[in-house]
Amino acid sequence: MNDSIMHNKTIAEIIAGLEAGEFTSVEITQHYLKRIKQLDRKYNSYITVNETSALAQAEAADQRRAKGNAPAFCGVPIAHKDIFCTNGIRTSCGSKMLDNFVPPYDATVVENFANAGAVVLGKTNMDEFAMGSSNETSFYGPVKNPWNINTVPGGSSGGSAAAIAAHLAPGATATDTGGSIRQPAALCGITGLKPTYGRVSRWGMIAFASSLDQGGPMARTAEDCALMLNVMASFDPKDSTSIDREVPDYTTNLNQSLNGLKIGIPREYFEEGLNPGTEQAVKNALAELEKQGATLVSISLPHTKLAVPAYYVIAPAEASANLSRFDGVRYGHRCEDPKDLRDMYMRTRAEGFGEEVKRRILVGAYCLSAGYYDAYYRKAQQVRRLIKQDFVDAFEKVDVIMGPTSPSPAFEFGSKGDDPVAMYLEDIYTIATNLAGLPGMSAPCGFVDNKPVGLQIIGNYFDESRMLNVAHQFQLATDWHKRSPEGLELEEAK
Amino acid sequence: MEWETVIGLEVHAQLATKSKIFSGSSTTFGAEPNTQASALDLAMPGTLPVPNEQAYRYAIMFGLAIDADIARTSVFERKNYFYPDLPKAYQTTQLEKPIVGPGHVEIELADGTKKTIRIHHAHLEEDAGKSLHEDFHGMSGIDLNRAGTPLVEIVSEPDMRSSEEAVAFAKKLHSIVTSLGICDGEMSQGSMRFDVNISVRKPGEELGTRTETKNLNSFRFMEDAIKLEVERQIDLIEDGGKVIQETRLYNGDTKQARSMRSKEEANDYRYFPCPDLLPVVIEDDYIESIRKELPELPDARQERFITQYGLSSYDASALGSDANMALYFETAAKDSGDTKLTANWIMGELSARLNSADLSIKHSPLSAEQLAGMVSRIADGTISSKMAKQVFDGMWNNGGDADSIIEDQGLKQVSDSGAIEAMVDEVIANSDKQVDNFRNADESKRPKMLGYFVGQIMKASKGQANPQQVNEILLKKLNDLL
Repeated sequence: MNDSIMHNKTIAEIIAGLEAGEFTSVEITQHYLKRIKQLDRKYNSYITVNETSALAQAEAADQRRAKGNAPAFCGVPIAHKDIFCTNGIRTSCGSKMLDNFVPPYDATVVENFANAGAVVLGKTNMDEFAMGSSNETSFYGPVKNPWNINTVPGGSSGGSAAAIAAHLAPGATATDTGGSIRQPAALCGITGLKPTYGRVSRWGMIAFASSLDQGGPMARTAEDCALMLNVMASFDPKDSTSIDREVPDYTTNLNQSLNGLKIGIPREYFEEGLNPGTEQAVKNALAELEKQGATLVSISLPHTKLAVPAYYVIAPAEASANLSRFDGVRYGHRCEDPKDLRDMYMRTRAEGFGEEVKRRILVGAYCLSAGYYDAYYRKAQQVRRLIKQDFVDAFEKVDVIMGPTSPSPAFEFGSKGDDPVAMYLEDIYTIATNLAGLPGMSAPCGFVDNKPVGLQIIGNYFDESRMLNVAHQFQLATDWHKRSPEGLELEEAK
Repeated sequence: MEWETVIGLEVHAQLATKSKIFSGSSTTFGAEPNTQASALDLAMPGTLPVPNEQAYRYAIMFGLAIDADIARTSVFERKNYFYPDLPKAYQTTQLEKPIVGPGHVEIELADGTKKTIRIHHAHLEEDAGKSLHEDFHGMSGIDLNRAGTPLVEIVSEPDMRSSEEAVAFAKKLHSIVTSLGICDGEMSQGSMRFDVNISVRKPGEELGTRTETKNLNSFRFMEDAIKLEVERQIDLIEDGGKVIQETRLYNGDTKQARSMRSKEEANDYRYFPCPDLLPVVIEDDYIESIRKELPELPDARQERFITQYGLSSYDASALGSDANMALYFETAAKDSGDTKLTANWIMGELSARLNSADLSIKHSPLSAEQLAGMVSRIADGTISSKMAKQVFDGMWNNGGDADSIIEDQGLKQVSDSGAIEAMVDEVIANSDKQVDNFRNADESKRPKMLGYFVGQIMKASKGQANPQQVNEILLKKLNDLL
């Protein structure tokens, strides 16, 4: 078959092609590996490419499929964000601290995909320890947005998003602590879903802020996200915050009509700070859904403004403790010739962590200090409860909540580098769902200056099926998700 | 006016769970370094804790035993500080919502007075690993086998007024946790460790500034350390100085203590609820099911020893406070059939030997069955008490059972009156001079002169003649000669 068509296939199409015997897993894996080799110099979306193991997995998958009874996902190539531990493969979390770290275990998410027969092309680039909204904090250099290589891909899952946008993987795993799946999905014009907290196991996923972190899928379509979530989601006894609840088939409800769907439109998500082009694209999308029979209901999430400040207390506080284990004693970076224990700790951590990570550790340690705990950490937890209550009240009235994913499309490298708070405001619409533990997703809904815009869909707890249904119906009626940036063809194909 | 000592204790007891509090690694003591440390125990990135239900059960058992409130919701928190043997750089522990709320225990002092010591709370937490400073040429080795071993930390109110009370309280806790079977109580292996908070004041005054002496792992060290610290504080104040709040370390070998860090140097631990562990909610039914299966507690057992075995209150306390001791005693008493004799041998010879060998009853080279075998041979007259010591030695040093030692060493007591008579006759026949002396002596002095003849007879019998029979026959024969 024609190589140039293979990388345009969605995961659903790849599964169909493998089932029909149109191509083998080895063929499509080789194709992707070739593309990564040639094109990723431009995007820097991968930190590690697993050429040898990917081909071995593809061969095994083809054999398994030949024997029959292979799971649907068998032989589908994907990439893992480099935050998921992979047995025998370096897992850096985008940090110098773990540049030499090879885990002796697989994350549960990685194991789930392995059991399903997926092929792992490699590990994708990310902001260091998932701290960032632009992928500029990675030790391995920034990822370039395939729509415009002068702009950021978003973060922290910028590598996964860019790899999909550049057709260097049909799907990839990602994580979302304050918007790290949805914002890069929006900026790269792809689809991404952050599930309900507890739906996807955090075991083996390197912790940033444990009460907020959640793994989820990224792909070009909602249907592909549903197929990936079918594999990713599981109850995991190894994760005490994992929820023991049956995992539905997320593809079952994709084709339901949206007639009668009540969509909540939070007033607070359309106030100042929102790019007019972004606003228009989102409003056009809402009009399309109205056309399909949905009703728009104006709602209020009154504590929206408090989400960013509360998040930037809670997340750094948890991170300050989570990242303390990187002390040079047992694994990871250790400074040269420490003169004593204190010197080893100080230089190891000074050298191993980047600026943003250090900033957040300091902020977090400060918020937890004696005398400041009540004013910051405890207060932030109170705010968190209010934000959650906003959503609980809203979902009494509506089925889903929608708005923009990000206030504006992709920005240029360095444009927010000097102003961490401006960077933090990138996640103003996404952070609240993490604080509430709710699922959220982003789907492409238009362009501003040839830069993609994302539509955010927030669902009630464990209502991922309905969110995927809404996004899928939207994608059946629109073609934003089908558009690709220029320059994706291989040299020889031109 | 006299000084009053005020003491409060923080006691760490390792729980006797098979696996660690948050990982599946074994908790067995004494394995090769780092062979019982999983990815989680090494704090590898991405690993997550899963609580061990048995640790909760054990903590609840302790709570019930001290008549405490059991928290229906308990929360683990992170206590942050950097140290190489603390792999996550935080200890998972409980602060605001501990599993066991206020409770109390009763202690008994040497003079028989009883006193109630209040317990502020007890909480679950994980133990740290160990730093090994020898054999690494200017570096330190880290052994994480102990990291993650479940501990219950028992915090008392400052209710003790002397080292005697503090030791009695510590022993009482030891007795409770070993009776419950939730801790093996092996102090030398660090299974129980004591931190002692000490201050002094004039009676009626406000509490004085306290110091904390950490990590005492024997009752004797605890007693010595308290006496030393009380003396230091009193001297300091009487010389016009001030006690400063600090953490101190006591060295049991040199019998000296030194300051480890002052309050100013203390860490800010930045506690906060652990987001990897959800609050644990415990239901009443669960607590009641544990209460129903609670084993016999030391106070109840001592009462039973008095009524069931007719032991004195002193003996009941000596044999009944420690669970292992009680088990040893009851096994031996049942096997031997002679409770009183068994009790005497355990509290006498056996305890003395264990003490000098620094062994606990659990590690006694002599099993309860062995001791019972010997006691029953004393009881049935096969051996004398004196012979029994030889049998005891034999079993202590080389093992084996009493009967075979008696047989092998020919220790059987001769109770055949004919044989004894013959021996008496022979000694009398060979002791003309002594017999004459006996005959000529004043009657009041005669009993003292028997010693020579008894000695000769026992020598002739190689100690095996039944001493009571020897006495009787000898007296009769000598009297016949008068």
